[in-house]
Amino acid sequence: MTNSISEGQRQANRERALGVARSGYNFAYLDENTKRMIRRAILKAIAIPGYQVPFGSREMPMPYGWGTGGVQVTAACLTPDDTLKVIDQGADDTTNAVSIRQFFEKTAAVATTTHTHEASIIQTRHRIPEEALSEGQILVYQVPIPEPLRFLEPRETETRKMHALEEYGLMHVKLYEDISHHGRIATTYAYPVKVEGRYVMDPSPIPKFDNPKLGGNAALQLFGAGREQRIYAIPPHTQVVSLDFDDYPFDPGHWEQSCALCGASESYLDEVITDDKGSRMFVCSDTDFCTSRTAAQEDAGKSDRASNGEGAA
Amino acid sequence: MIGAELLRVEGLTKHYGARIGCADVSFDLREGEVLAIVGESGSGKSTLLNCLSAQLEPSAGTITYLRGDGAALDVYGMSEPARRMLQRTDWAFVYQDARDGLRMSVSAGGNIGERMMAVGNRHYGAIRAEASGWLERVEIGTDRIDDRPSAFSGGMRQRLQIARALATKPRLVFMDEPTGGLDVSVQARLLDMIRALVGQYNLAVILVTHDLAVARLLSHRMMVMTKGHVVEQGLTDQVLDDPQHAYTQQLVSSILQT
Repeated sequence: MTNSISEGQRQANRERALGVARSGYNFAYLDENTKRMIRRAILKAIAIPGYQVPFGSREMPMPYGWGTGGVQVTAACLTPDDTLKVIDQGADDTTNAVSIRQFFEKTAAVATTTHTHEASIIQTRHRIPEEALSEGQILVYQVPIPEPLRFLEPRETETRKMHALEEYGLMHVKLYEDISHHGRIATTYAYPVKVEGRYVMDPSPIPKFDNPKLGGNAALQLFGAGREQRIYAIPPHTQVVSLDFDDYPFDPGHWEQSCALCGASESYLDEVITDDKGSRMFVCSDTDFCTSRTAAQEDAGKSDRASNGEGAA
Repeated sequence: MIGAELLRVEGLTKHYGARIGCADVSFDLREGEVLAIVGESGSGKSTLLNCLSAQLEPSAGTITYLRGDGAALDVYGMSEPARRMLQRTDWAFVYQDARDGLRMSVSAGGNIGERMMAVGNRHYGAIRAEASGWLERVEIGTDRIDDRPSAFSGGMRQRLQIARALATKPRLVFMDEPTGGLDVSVQARLLDMIRALVGQYNLAVILVTHDLAVARLLSHRMMVMTKGHVVEQGLTDQVLDDPQHAYTQQLVSSILQT
């Protein structure tokens, strides 16, 4: 991504970054020592896929729960030549996404985009983009609770020991309880996964629909939990398996409907209520995916009409 | 019924600073054998049991466990993962208070299934069938399989705890006052059940109790402890009917004779 830009563009990016420095902020808000500390944690996390690395999380100018962990990871990864995309539940235009994008426009003066394939860093809350990611891209997740065993075993000393000794029987007790109460595994988001056959990991509250995209992904996936002070990672092309039972295999789920706007049948859909009478429609949760599909369909329609017109004339 | 050697304890000692928890305890235990440790409260029974079950590191002494394949394992010399593996496969622990041994927010079936899942069983149907078999064996209706232990009576909780402990077919079970805090009729039923299961699965049991009647009913051998020392050990009937040590005599004569 960053290799493809011209020397002139690179120079312009440097100058914009210097402009930020003159305004009083260090590049990307955090000071250089803090970024170095976070990068160390990230490198360790990449070296041990799925392992939660503690780091000295900083106070950020936003409340916990709004992505303070993700923002710190993004800040530590950003260079002046990066192009940033921020999504919240798949959308580029919701409050969380807009405010974080503006935060980095102001404090790092980096280029921003809504197009998945143009971005070199994508910060996300609760979704993985529909469009396949490529090598060189970084996907940064905002994580509220990094510990998959938290609600089964409240003692942090004990969960750490369970990770260290690979004692994950308890995770299956949760799935067992799901099946015995609901007749199926009723966990639909933050669905636990095993990374590279070793660590059980909470993939942050992404829908289980996105779980298959975690494994074998070409992009680097980084997870930041600000309040809990943990960073973990899935390096590119890593094996990620969703936990299940032999007789109740993992099922990512599907919809009867297709997207009402672009007609996609393979994407994750949001149900939108359109009036007080209970009318509803299903639309793609990934806004970039949906708008680029509709745009492509309109283009195709135009060229169809154009070619039809030529044929008639 | 009583088979090969299972556990060898030599010179086991636990100090709490200057005070003695238990001192210089040595004994052997064989497959299918039930050993009762009796004594008044504060005599070091629970300290000894915790040391034996690898939950409390002793100050001195060794415990050797002889696994089914003949390997002799030094319980405190082995690595922690191996020790924890042993604790959830070959060994089991039954606590006095069922709350300590059960997950109160997980259904009865999940409680019984946990140890099976911990050793890698990943077939829901098989786990559930096994759990319901165990419920039957401990006389809990299989229709209660999805109820949480918090909805169970004290006696049922204790029986559920035993089912959970035995689900992976351990060879050695540690029991800490398993009938404590239950009323007399429930106690009798539970003791009956424990005795039947011990016979059926040829379990070796180390049982801590202050109730000589429980020791008499369940155990083959017993050890009498006072102030951290074992003062007398031998066959249960022999110790209870012909006590040699002054403390044992006092203990035996303190029960109401009918």
